[in-house]
Amino acid sequence: MTLSMAGALNRGLADALDADDRVLVFGEDVGPLGGVFRVTDGLAARFGEKRVFDTPLAESGIVGTAIGMAMNGLRPVVEMQFDAFAYPAFEQITSHLAKLRNRTRGRVEVPVVIRIPYGGGIGGVEHHCDSSELYYTHTPGLRVVTPGTPEDAYHLLRASIDSPDPVIFLEPKRLYWGKSEVDFGAGVPMDRAVVRRAGADVTLIAYGPMVPVALETAEAAGEEGWDVEVVDLRTLSPFDDETVAASVRKTGRAVVVHEASGFCGYGAEVAARLTERCFHHLHAPILRVTGYDIPYPPPKLEEHHLPNVDRVLDAIARLQWDDRVDGVVGVA
Amino acid sequence: MTTVTSSERGLLPSAEPLALLTAAGEPLPEPVLPMPGDEVLLDLHRRMVLGRRFDAQATALTKQGRLAVYPSSRGQEACEVGAVLALDERDWLFPTYRDSVALVTRGVDPIETLTLLQGGWHLGYDPYEHRVGPQCTPLATNTLHAVGVAHAARFKGEDSVALVLLGDGATSEGDTHEALNFAGVWQAPVVFLVQNNGYAISVPMSKQNAAPSLAHKGIGYGVPSVLVDGNDPAAVYAVVRDAVQAAREGGGPTLIEARTYRIEAHTNADDANRYRDPSEVAYWLGRDPLDRIEAYLRSCGLLDDARRDAVLAEAEAFAAKVRDGMNADVEPNPAELFEHVYAQPTPALREQAAHLAEELR
Repeated sequence: MTLSMAGALNRGLADALDADDRVLVFGEDVGPLGGVFRVTDGLAARFGEKRVFDTPLAESGIVGTAIGMAMNGLRPVVEMQFDAFAYPAFEQITSHLAKLRNRTRGRVEVPVVIRIPYGGGIGGVEHHCDSSELYYTHTPGLRVVTPGTPEDAYHLLRASIDSPDPVIFLEPKRLYWGKSEVDFGAGVPMDRAVVRRAGADVTLIAYGPMVPVALETAEAAGEEGWDVEVVDLRTLSPFDDETVAASVRKTGRAVVVHEASGFCGYGAEVAARLTERCFHHLHAPILRVTGYDIPYPPPKLEEHHLPNVDRVLDAIARLQWDDRVDGVVGVA
Repeated sequence: MTTVTSSERGLLPSAEPLALLTAAGEPLPEPVLPMPGDEVLLDLHRRMVLGRRFDAQATALTKQGRLAVYPSSRGQEACEVGAVLALDERDWLFPTYRDSVALVTRGVDPIETLTLLQGGWHLGYDPYEHRVGPQCTPLATNTLHAVGVAHAARFKGEDSVALVLLGDGATSEGDTHEALNFAGVWQAPVVFLVQNNGYAISVPMSKQNAAPSLAHKGIGYGVPSVLVDGNDPAAVYAVVRDAVQAAREGGGPTLIEARTYRIEAHTNADDANRYRDPSEVAYWLGRDPLDRIEAYLRSCGLLDDARRDAVLAEAEAFAAKVRDGMNADVEPNPAELFEHVYAQPTPALREQAAHLAEELR
C-alpha cells in the first residue's frame, strides 16, 4: 500500500488504539482537528474522546499527566505539535519520564511515547523547525527514534508504543507528505540501523529528514565514480554500533549528515564512536555535514542552513586525505 | 447519587483559616466542620507523637552522618498526619521531599522512607505497595503526576483519589498552575494540599504571593478552594476527608491551603536565623499542633497519663527501630547502576557494567 508518512503514522496510531485498550492519544489539537499535520485525523471520531482527546495548551501538563497515567497502567501517546514547543515539558521529560524506572529500581515503568514533529525544510517560522534530538539522546533512560520512510514510521511507532521504556518519537516534518510503499507485515525492529543502499567506497550516515538527501547524494556520487553506502540510523538512542561500524569497516570512509547544528551535535558522537571502533580501517577522518551553529534561520534563508546534496558531495570529495595540509581540506 | 461538580461547590476560600480547635485546644463554639470521631482523634494524636519522634530521630541521624540531609517537618504534623489519615487504602499519596512523616503515617517502612535522604538509592520503597508516589525533589512536578494517576483511575472505572502534597514555594512553579488547570478541566479526582509553612527555604510568603491567600489560586481554575488552620489536626483531617469524598463522588478537585509553620530550618544544612526572627518561632511554638490535640483529648476525657505514656513508649520503640535500621551499614551494589536505566540493558550499558566490574575486581 502506498502511503505518506503522515498517513502511515495515522494508521499506526489507529492500529495501536485498536490493539490495546490502554493506549490513549492526547495533546493539543489532536482531537476533532486531527492534529495540525493531520496525523491524528479521524481517530477521535473512531475511538471516542475518552481515548483520543484535546488537552489544555500546556506541554509540561501533557507530559506530566501522561507520566501519572502510565504509572497507573495506561499507555499514553502524546503530541508536542512542534519541536521547540516541547521545551516547557523538558523538566518532566528529563527529570521524571527518563528517570522514574531508575529511581524506583525498576518498580515503576512509564511507557509514554512523545511524538514530536521536528526539523525544518518546510518554510516554518521560528520555534517550528528545531532539530532537538540531542537534548533527548543525551538523557539516559529515553529511547529516541526517527523514521526516514513511511514504512519505518508505521512500524517504529507501533514498536515505540509497545516499548516498556519511554520513547521520544521524532517525526521529520519535511517527510510527512512524501509517499512510498508500506508493507504492514514487514516489521521493523527498534534499536537497529539499516543499510538503505549498499556501496563500497564511503558510508553516509543519516537519519530522519536527511535520509532522502543521503540517498539522492549517493545516486549523484555514483555518476562521479563513488560507490556510496547509506546507513539510516532509525533509532538514535540507543545507538546501533554494530551495523554502523560494520559499514564503515567495509568502506573505510564516513560522513555523518544531520540538520542540527554541528557543535556538540549528534554527528560528533557518531564520529567519536566510529573512530574508537574503526580507526585502523579508516582512510580519512570522519566528516560531518550539518546545519550551521546558528539559531534556526528565517524561512527565506533556511536553504542556506540545511545540508543538501551538494554539501554532502563536497564532503565526499574531501575524503581524499591530503598529507600536505594539517587535516582535511576545508575543515576550519 | 447526585454529583456536585467542583464549580457548584463554591470557589472562594474563607477569609480566616477554618478550625475546630483554638490554639489552646478548646473547641470553637460554632464549628463549620464536623469534629472527627473519637477513634480518629486518638489516632491523629498517636500518629503525630510517632511522627514527631521519628522527625527528631532523623534529625539526630544527620548529626551522626547517617543521613546526607534531612528536611524536618516539625510543627507540620497536623498536615502530615491529618491528610494521610483522611485517605483510604485505595487512594494515592504524592509527597514531596519534606513529607517523610506523611510516608511513615501511610505505613511505608521508616528505613525505606529515609533511603533517599540516606544516599543509598533515589527511592527506598515500592510506590505500588502503599500507593505512594516517589518523594519528589523538584517542586510541583508531582502535582501533574497526581492528576495523571487520578485521571487514569477514573478511566479504569476505579474510585480512588490522589492527594498531592506541595509547599508554598511550589505554588510559584508553572506545574502547579498547569496541574490545577488540567484537574479543573478534567474534573479529576485529585486533592491539592499546600502546606504553607511561611518560607520557601528563606523566601517569605510576602515575596512569594500577592493573592489574599494561596487558596485563592484555585478560583481562576474553577477549583474549589479551602483555607484551613494547618496546626489544627482535627480541622485538617475534616477538610481533606471532605475533599477526598467530593473527588470520589465525581465532584472534581479541591485546593486546600493549610497555614502552618516549619519550626526547624529548611534542612539541617540551613541557618534559619539569617532570615527569620526567633520571636516568630516562639509564637508558633505556642500554637503547637500536638499540644493542641492533647489538650483537647484530655479535656474531654479521651486521653489520660497512662495512655499518653503508652504512646510515648511506642514512639521511643519506633525511634529505636529507626536508629537500629539506620545504623546498619548499607553497601549499594555498584552493578545495579546499570540496571533499570532501560527495561533491558543496552549493549553500551552492558559494556560499561563489565568495565566497572573489572575495576572492582
